[in-house]
Amino acid sequence: MTMFNRLPIGATKPLLVVLVLLGLAATPARAAMAIQEVKGSSGIKAWLVEDYSVPIVTIRFAFRGGSTQDPSGNEGLVNLMTQLFDEGAGDLDSEAFQERLDDAGADMRFDAERDALYGSMRVVADQKDVAFDLLRLAVEQPRFDQAPVDRIRAQIVSGIMAEAKDPEAVAQVAWRKALYGDHPYSRRNEGTEQTLAAVATSDLKALHKRLFARSNLAIAVAGAIDASALKRDLDRIFGGLPAEPSLMPIADTAPKLAQEIRVPYDLPQSRLRLAYSAISDKEPQFFAAYLMNHILGGGAFTSRLWNEVREKRGLAYGIRSSLVNNDHASALVIDTGTRPDRAAETLSLIRAEARRMAAEGVNQEELEAAKKNVIGGYAIDNLNSSSAIANTLVGIQMKDLGIDYIARRKQLIEAVTVEDVRSVARQLLSADPAVMIVGPPLKERKE
Amino acid sequence: MTWEAAAVEPPRGESEIGNFLLSNGMEVVIIPDHRTPTVTHMVWYKVGNADEPPGKSGIAHFLEHLMFKGTKNHPAGEFDAKISEIGGQQNAFTGSDYTAYYQTVTPEALESMMEFEADRMRHLVLTDAVIAPERDVILEERRSRVEDNPEALLDEEMRATLYQNHPYRIPVIGWMHEMEQLNRGDAVAFYDRYYAPNNAILVVAGDVDAATVSWLAEKTYGAVPRGRDLPPRVRPQEPEQNTKRTVVLTDARVTLPSFQKSWVVPSYRITEPGEAEALELLSEILGGGTRSRIYQELVVNQGIASGAGAYLDGRSLDPSSFTVYGSPRGEAKIEAVEDAIDAEVRKIIDAGVTDVELEKAKNRLVRSMIFARDSQAGMAHIYGKALATGSTAYDLKQWPLRVRTVTAKDVQAVAKKHLNPDRSVAGYLLPRESATSGDKSQ
Repeated sequence: MTMFNRLPIGATKPLLVVLVLLGLAATPARAAMAIQEVKGSSGIKAWLVEDYSVPIVTIRFAFRGGSTQDPSGNEGLVNLMTQLFDEGAGDLDSEAFQERLDDAGADMRFDAERDALYGSMRVVADQKDVAFDLLRLAVEQPRFDQAPVDRIRAQIVSGIMAEAKDPEAVAQVAWRKALYGDHPYSRRNEGTEQTLAAVATSDLKALHKRLFARSNLAIAVAGAIDASALKRDLDRIFGGLPAEPSLMPIADTAPKLAQEIRVPYDLPQSRLRLAYSAISDKEPQFFAAYLMNHILGGGAFTSRLWNEVREKRGLAYGIRSSLVNNDHASALVIDTGTRPDRAAETLSLIRAEARRMAAEGVNQEELEAAKKNVIGGYAIDNLNSSSAIANTLVGIQMKDLGIDYIARRKQLIEAVTVEDVRSVARQLLSADPAVMIVGPPLKERKE
Repeated sequence: MTWEAAAVEPPRGESEIGNFLLSNGMEVVIIPDHRTPTVTHMVWYKVGNADEPPGKSGIAHFLEHLMFKGTKNHPAGEFDAKISEIGGQQNAFTGSDYTAYYQTVTPEALESMMEFEADRMRHLVLTDAVIAPERDVILEERRSRVEDNPEALLDEEMRATLYQNHPYRIPVIGWMHEMEQLNRGDAVAFYDRYYAPNNAILVVAGDVDAATVSWLAEKTYGAVPRGRDLPPRVRPQEPEQNTKRTVVLTDARVTLPSFQKSWVVPSYRITEPGEAEALELLSEILGGGTRSRIYQELVVNQGIASGAGAYLDGRSLDPSSFTVYGSPRGEAKIEAVEDAIDAEVRKIIDAGVTDVELEKAKNRLVRSMIFARDSQAGMAHIYGKALATGSTAYDLKQWPLRVRTVTAKDVQAVAKKHLNPDRSVAGYLLPRESATSGDKSQ
């Protein structure tokens, strides 16, 4: 049944949501989460959080090298491949594989993102062994039979065609192209009708060989399983993979700022998007940027942009800013939508708030509130179910942040000073941003 | 442990789900779950968009927004700031039958959340100064979520056509022309009438024990005086469905057409025992996911659809709806998709389902309840919604067992009884080029 919320959920779609960069609960955990590192005899490692209160096992894993590994001319190959892992493996064709998966009561998913390919499985504990056998087949011996390849490809092409005149989808393509030029980040994950048509089964097999290896793999498991059982399962599922992948090097890049992208459509609401530079999550000033973003537009219901644009003036249903940290580029992105006749006013308000942040930074009180929020919210946002735990722990491994990261993060945040935030705000927000306007032309400019 | 038991037993080491009434009539549900040091606190009001006065569509949802505007004791922003400070989350949502508010916080903050929530149950302060900008916000919300989205526009028109008399025909967010006129008086009247402990359900799930929750609930909510007794929620009911209707939306933003067909069907509250469960199993077998008949036949075997399936939400106070849908793939025509879906519906009406596929569908439904137990907030949501739409905690606990008792004959019988093609509404979303008569685009 249709429901409407006070806050838009998922209104912004950054390239990759930053998950691991929040903090642990400030309060002492009554049920402190213990992370064990488990290592199989084949050298495969996983982080495990044991919990028997609900009879479920969740496993999540990632292979470094996502859709940026698409060969030029074959864009969409990685995404297509990820949708074929439950379409036949080993001696089971698509029908037989899916029937067994269903009988085992397992959910299995694969997703391609820009920098990595993710897989996960969730199963009722008493069916774990059957389900993990199917996962092993999917990971090690996918078949890529012609019939499912053709079917899944046709579904993806239908999806691309369905979006051909959708303003938001068209704008997304224009935005990436404008920001990232010829870099792989400018391409669509799903490719195009032409690039998908060029894909052969041999391409899929070659890609699988290149990407799926033991050394670029990160795994996390949560739920009703102990370390010794997991050890065996790790070897069983992943032990047969080659040791090393063969990844194409991807260059670091930065979004191109100081440009205006107009996507004219006759729409009841204009969409506004702005991009500034951001700071890599590997840099020391990252948490200063993170807290600055939180105060500017990242903190729901309390941010400056929320107060100015929505609460005081009712210009938009939602507005938020996000740090988008990919492996090879970082951006601070602001998104909102408003009536076309008030779009110019809204845009100049947003620019003014960014300039004010660049000039004045934040005050001590705001900074303390932001710190408490991002430290206290970590468990709620990231550790509130087996799936969330497994997801978070894979994310931490993918960023090489260390098994003690959750504890360490709190100190990194607490150490940020008003001066750190001021400095990073000046550095990032003094620039002229990239601005995209989707909708009717702006009526006036009040710059 | 059987899957049925796994779906309903409390987590290992936990006490049972608790359920009791405060003396002022507020119902309380406690779902203990000590895996993480967090607690989800929800208050569900048994009032939604289908309870709105005529001409005031969207007032339930507008009031939901206005509930954040402050009280005599706590000015606007204070509640948000408090939650933000402890890293909590909060939000609210409105449906046809309920309006709910929730926070996820650390257990230490539960008492404070209860105080804030109990306070705004009766002490909301609404001024014209806060009404005007917030009304602009909901108008923008309608633009972003409905006007900007052809699928959402068609869904809205489908509901308005499917329900001929029941207020489920009215969109939860409201019709634009009525939303523009909503004012302070409308909001205050709605609030005064419906926001009271005897019209509310408290659901607390998480790292707290029942004794603490009941003590805190008595102390906070228990101090709020009982409101006027509300009359039973008798809404205008549907006449007999006796026609086949069609809704067409052509829109310049659409490239690939899509098709859907809906029927009015009973919900859990208003059926004979077992009928709603049979409808859920029918929905699962016919169109729930990639193992379903519609998906296998249209997408895999015939290759004429890129996506196809069915869905049903039986958790409503009054009649629910059952929908089948599909989009053509490649050169296939939308008519071929519609015909093939109709054929699958007819096959079940004529020949029923097999015991094997019924068993598998039951496994999937029961398993989904086991997976749901993994999320504290998800469990709070399941219980809140069921209780707000006329079910009880006991009903939910029995649900996996009742699903198991449905027979293949039961499934065929509900298909025959409820999926009559001559009493349905078909909806078409079409590209502008192939415009046909009945153009509703704007």
